[in-house]
Amino acid sequence: MRTSTPARVGQYTALLAYLVFLAFPFLWLVSTAFKPPRELGSLHPTWVPKDPTLANFRQAFDEQPLLHAALNSLLAALAAAVVAVLIATPMAYVVARRRTRLAKAVTGWVVVSQAFPFVLLIIPLFLVLKNLRLINSVPGLVLVYVVWALPFALWMLAGYVRAVPPELEEAAAVDGAGRVRTLVSVTAPLLAPGIVATALFAFITAWNEFFFALVLLKTPEKQTLPVVLTHFIGAEGVADLGPLAAAAFLATLPSLVVFALIQRRITGGMLTGAVKS
Amino acid sequence: MTTVTEASPPSPPSPPRRKAGRRPGGGRPRRAVDHGAWFLVLPALIPILVLSVGPLLYGILLAFTDAQSGRTAPTRWIGALNFRDLLHDTLFWESFRIGLVWAVGVTVPQFLLALGLALLLNQDLRLRWAARALAIIPWAMPEVVVGIMWRLVYNPDAGILNETLRDIGLGGGRDWLSGLATALPAVIVVGVWAGMPQTTVALLAGLQNTPRELHEAAAVDGAGAWCRFRTVTWPALKPIALAITALNLIWNFNSFALAYVLTSGGPGGRTRLPMLFAYEEAFRYGQFGYAAAMGCVMVAVISIALAVFLAGRLRGGDDA
Repeated sequence: MRTSTPARVGQYTALLAYLVFLAFPFLWLVSTAFKPPRELGSLHPTWVPKDPTLANFRQAFDEQPLLHAALNSLLAALAAAVVAVLIATPMAYVVARRRTRLAKAVTGWVVVSQAFPFVLLIIPLFLVLKNLRLINSVPGLVLVYVVWALPFALWMLAGYVRAVPPELEEAAAVDGAGRVRTLVSVTAPLLAPGIVATALFAFITAWNEFFFALVLLKTPEKQTLPVVLTHFIGAEGVADLGPLAAAAFLATLPSLVVFALIQRRITGGMLTGAVKS
Repeated sequence: MTTVTEASPPSPPSPPRRKAGRRPGGGRPRRAVDHGAWFLVLPALIPILVLSVGPLLYGILLAFTDAQSGRTAPTRWIGALNFRDLLHDTLFWESFRIGLVWAVGVTVPQFLLALGLALLLNQDLRLRWAARALAIIPWAMPEVVVGIMWRLVYNPDAGILNETLRDIGLGGGRDWLSGLATALPAVIVVGVWAGMPQTTVALLAGLQNTPRELHEAAAVDGAGAWCRFRTVTWPALKPIALAITALNLIWNFNSFALAYVLTSGGPGGRTRLPMLFAYEEAFRYGQFGYAAAMGCVMVAVISIALAVFLAGRLRGGDDA
């Protein structure tokens, strides 16, 4: 279809406006992170630091246990992602291949669980974990993250399973492969990319998660990165802008990198899950 | 629990009615799944039941007790007392109202903006890749970082927003997040920004599912852009648009981190979303039972809204 020139101009103007809207807060964060205190105090802030410095990063590490927090985040997110995918994949397979009431119940639960106000979940979980002495511990947080990541993992994985033609499995069965062998040598390899994408997505959601971590982790040495970041904002809301920006920028980098790698797969997985169920 | 029993085919008392739902012609692989179903399902089902369904029911029970944190006296069953108190808690209803304003205030502009962006990205434009790449940023960022980032933008002295406003002669120097009138709109803008990518991606997927031939046929028939949108694009997009809007409304109503980081509910409670209110009640004042009752009220309202929405969607399903 041909589009007229004025329409094209309009389209590009609109696109440019979107680009500015989407990019400017992030550019400002980066700019602030590299500014020396003198420029941060200036009444007329500039986009590009005149005298860029890494001092904010050093100060951020001095003020808060960022490295330790990043390690906690990494542990929690990795464990949650691995466990969630390990237990979700077989269930997703059943949900995708069979239209039983269980499959319907699981799909229903996936939808309903998206509507929970987390406060209704976190109070009992808090009490349960307290009795198990798992408050203020990363393993306790992992338990919560696994369950929290499950609905989405099931949703995505079921989409990937549906994309594997059942005929392939039937063919393997005709050739004499047993059930386990069919699953392991035919289905699993085809699912592998989807499983990796789902795990990475679960990783990012856990890496970014704030509410459960805020409630469950009490002492700084146990806290995850998002919780420690809020310590940079003082009680009165007064913040040391430079280190705050530096720490926030660093906390974003891992998810940005991972997300850039799997973006296509995530959207693809979500959509096959959404369209075909 | 009944669904669990039905999932296991070997259990004999399964009347033919249940089998009718199963797809016909299950070859060997499907039967293989049948035998393994329990084994495959349990690893996920147990955590779901123990750590999700169970706590949810426990949470509902707690709403009818006087449970508090750190209290030595045993927890007592107090019936609907929490709900009666809640009914008279003007602060809660104020936060409820703010939650609704926030949910609608974020969801509607976000939908319109995302629709515009999705329509643009569906065209053959040169900068498309840049927009796609940038749209990842808000999605990948931790909400806490999004909040911190916008605090830097809104900062009354060192923020870029006021400086830009000064540059184009619109005054500036406002403390957006502390102003009684500006705080909620300022937080809403952040919410719109943060949720744009998901909505855009969903709508873009819907657009790419609409057959191109229909567009071309409509264009040949002399339909203008708006007419083509109304008669071809929108009908195909409607199911996805409705679903994503419903989810966005729910997610936004339940959101926590953005408001917590940006304003902690201030100034004067103007941005105290229901989740912030319940969080403070539970973990600052230790009122577990009361906070659980708030959660129940939120679930009830969401369920009713969802039911109404789904009913509407089913009715509207014929023309979609």
